[in-house]
Amino acid sequence: MSEEKAGIKGATILLNALQQEGVDVIFGYPGGVLLPLYDALLDSPIRHVLGRHEQGIVFAADGYSRVTGKVGVCLGTSGPGATNLVTGIANAFLDSIPLVVLTGQVSTGSIGSDSFQEVDIIGITMPITKHSYLVKDPRELPRIVKEAFYIARTGRPGPVLIDLPKDVLAQENVVPFSNEMKLKGYKVFGQANNGKIEEVAKVLSESRKPVLYAGGGVVTAGAEDVLRLFADKTAVPVVTTLMGIGSLPLEHPNSLGMVGMHGTVTANYAVDDCDLLIAVGVRFDDRVTSGMGHRFATKAKVVHIDIDPVEISKVVKTEIQIVGDARQVLAEILEALPGFANPDVTDWWNQLRDWREKNTIQYDKDRLTPPMVMECLGEIAGGDTIVTTDVGQHQMWAAQYYPTVNPRNYATSSGLGVMGYGLPAAIGAQIARPKDKVVLITGDGSFQMSIQELGTIAQNKLPVKIILLNNGVLGMVRQMQKMFYNERYSQIELQGNPDFVKVAEAYGIRGISVNSADQVRGALEEAFKHPGPVLVDITISEHENVLPMVPPGKDITEMIVR
Amino acid sequence: MLHTLAVLVENNPGVLIRVAGLFTRRGYNIDSLTVCQTEDTELSRMTIVVNGDDQIIEQVRNQLSKLVVVHSVSDLTGESAVDRELALIRIQVSAETRSAVLQTVDIFRGRVVDMGRTNITVELTGDIPKIDAFVHAIQPYGLLELVRTGKVAILRSEA
Repeated sequence: MSEEKAGIKGATILLNALQQEGVDVIFGYPGGVLLPLYDALLDSPIRHVLGRHEQGIVFAADGYSRVTGKVGVCLGTSGPGATNLVTGIANAFLDSIPLVVLTGQVSTGSIGSDSFQEVDIIGITMPITKHSYLVKDPRELPRIVKEAFYIARTGRPGPVLIDLPKDVLAQENVVPFSNEMKLKGYKVFGQANNGKIEEVAKVLSESRKPVLYAGGGVVTAGAEDVLRLFADKTAVPVVTTLMGIGSLPLEHPNSLGMVGMHGTVTANYAVDDCDLLIAVGVRFDDRVTSGMGHRFATKAKVVHIDIDPVEISKVVKTEIQIVGDARQVLAEILEALPGFANPDVTDWWNQLRDWREKNTIQYDKDRLTPPMVMECLGEIAGGDTIVTTDVGQHQMWAAQYYPTVNPRNYATSSGLGVMGYGLPAAIGAQIARPKDKVVLITGDGSFQMSIQELGTIAQNKLPVKIILLNNGVLGMVRQMQKMFYNERYSQIELQGNPDFVKVAEAYGIRGISVNSADQVRGALEEAFKHPGPVLVDITISEHENVLPMVPPGKDITEMIVR
Repeated sequence: MLHTLAVLVENNPGVLIRVAGLFTRRGYNIDSLTVCQTEDTELSRMTIVVNGDDQIIEQVRNQLSKLVVVHSVSDLTGESAVDRELALIRIQVSAETRSAVLQTVDIFRGRVVDMGRTNITVELTGDIPKIDAFVHAIQPYGLLELVRTGKVAILRSEA
C-alpha cells in the first residue's frame, strides 16, 4: 500500500521529466486526449503559451530554439492537432533545429481502431523526425524524455516526437523507472579527425584563392567567434548560406555576403573561381549549387567539415573530409595554422574587390524600395535585434540587406521555405528573450498564413514589431513568372487583402501605414519607440524583383542582375 | 554491384518500417531483406542485399547508421563472408521424369521434404548461384512454386 501511495500521475511524471531537462516553456494547444496533461499543468511551474493553431505553436517552439540554442518544446492533441504540427516538424528537420514535439494519442487500447481523432502520427512523421517514441508505459517516461532531449540536441540536431496515449497520461499511482538512457545505437560524431587538421592547414597555406563557405552548422556549434578569428588570421574571404547568416557579419571586411540563388555577385564568382573551398556546416543545398554539384566550385579542392557523415560527398566530391563539430574542428585548424605560412591572397583580394566594385547593386535611396526599407530598418533596429522572416521576396531582401551581427538573432525557414513561419517564430523568440527587440519581416502572402497568431501576440503582450512589405501579390512567384514564363501571371494576385492596419487594431495592436519613402523612417522609429506590438504596413510596388538571381538550371555565375 | 549489409538493430516493433522506409525515401532498392533474432534477445539482425555503386552503398551505410535503432552496419560483400540462402521448390513430376528430378535434387544435395502424386517439394540450401543453377536445371520438368528466404550472411573467422 505504501508503495502505491508513493506513485504519481503519468502526466506529472512527464512534466517533472521536462522540468529536469530545463524546460521553462511549452507552446501548446489542448484537446480531448490531453485533458489529464492540461490538468497536471495547472500544478507545474512550466509556462504554457497557447497558440491559435498547432502550426503556429511548432513554429514558435522552433523560433524559441533558434534564438537560444535550446531545445524547443511544443504540444498538440491527437489527430488534427498532431497533423497540424507536421509542416513545422518538417521545417525543423530540414534546418536541423532541436525540438521535442509532444503529441496526444488515443488510449493504448484504442490505437489502430480508427477511433475519434486518431492518426498514426509516428508513421506520418517518420521521414521528418530524427527519432520518435510511442509511450506505452508511463513508468518509462523519465527515460524516454531524457533520451528525446539528448537525441534532439546532440550531433546534427533535429525534431524528436513523443506520442502520448491518454491512458498513459491519466494513469494514477505510477512509480516511474529510472531515467537512465538506453541508446546503444545512437552515435554522435563530435570528435575531430586529428590526422586531417594539418592537411587542411597545409592546403590552405598553399592556396592562392581560398573561400570559406559557412552554413547552419557554424551556428549550431556556436562557432561564429572561432570563424571570425579564422577569417582575421588568414584573410580568407567568407560566404554564408541563408542558414549561416550572421555567422560573419556583413560589415566584416572578409564577408562576401550570401552565396547561391540570390547571393551576391562577388560571393558566387568567388566560389566559382576559388582554388580551395572550405565548407563548414553546410550541405551544398541546391539553392546554393543550382542543383548541379558537378558544376559547383569545379576549380577548387573542397574541404568538407560537417557533423553528419551522410552529408560528406552527398552532393559534391570532396578532397578532405572531416566529420566533427564545426567549432572544435575550426579551433583545431586555427591551432595548426602557425606551423604553416599564411596563404598569399593579395591578388585574390584585388580580384574580389574589383568584382565587388563593379557589381554592387545600386538602388535609389529616395524611392520606396525594399532594400531602402531593410537598410533603414537595420539602422533603427540595430544589428543585435532578433529578426524573423517569412518566405518569399521579403525573406531574400532581409537576407541581402539586414545587417545581422549574431546568427542566434536570425530565424528564417531555409530548407523547407514555409510561408507562415515568421509571425509564430517571432512569438517564440520574444518569449525566449523577453528583453530583446524582435522584428518580423514579412509579406502580405506569408503573413496571412499565420495571421491568427496576432491573438497570441495580444494575449501575451509581446512587443514584436511586424514589418509588412505589402505588394498585393505573391511576389516571388510573380517574379519567376515574369522572368521564366513570359510574364504570364497565374494566380498571384491577392485581391481581397484586408486593411492590415485595421486587422492589427482589431487585436489591440498598434498599426501604422506607410505609402511613401519619406514616411519610412518616421514610421519605423515610432514602431520601436512604442512599448507594445506594432504592425507597419508598407506598400511597395509589385514590380520590385529580388536581384541578383540565378535562373533554374544555370551555373551560379550566370546571374540576372538587372 | 550487389552488396550484402549486415545490420544489427533493436528488437522492437517499428524498427523494420524505419529501415525499409529509409530505403524507399532515399530511392535505394532492396534486393532482399531477412530479419531474425540474434544470440542477444534485445537485438535483431537484418541481412539486406542492395544494389548500387560504392558511393551509393556508402550513403546507404551512413544513412542506416544514423537511425537511432541501428546499432551497427557492416558490409559482408566479397570473400570475407559466408552467405547462404534457403529455398523451398515444388516441382512437377510424372512417372517418366521422377527419377531424373530426384537425381538432379541429389546432385545439388537437396532434400525432398514433401511428396505428392504429381509433384515433390525440395529443400535446398546454398549460396545464391547454386540455387539459381538448380532452378535453371529443374525448369524443364516444370517448376510449380518457388520460395526463397533471401540471403543471410556472416563474417568468416580470421584464420
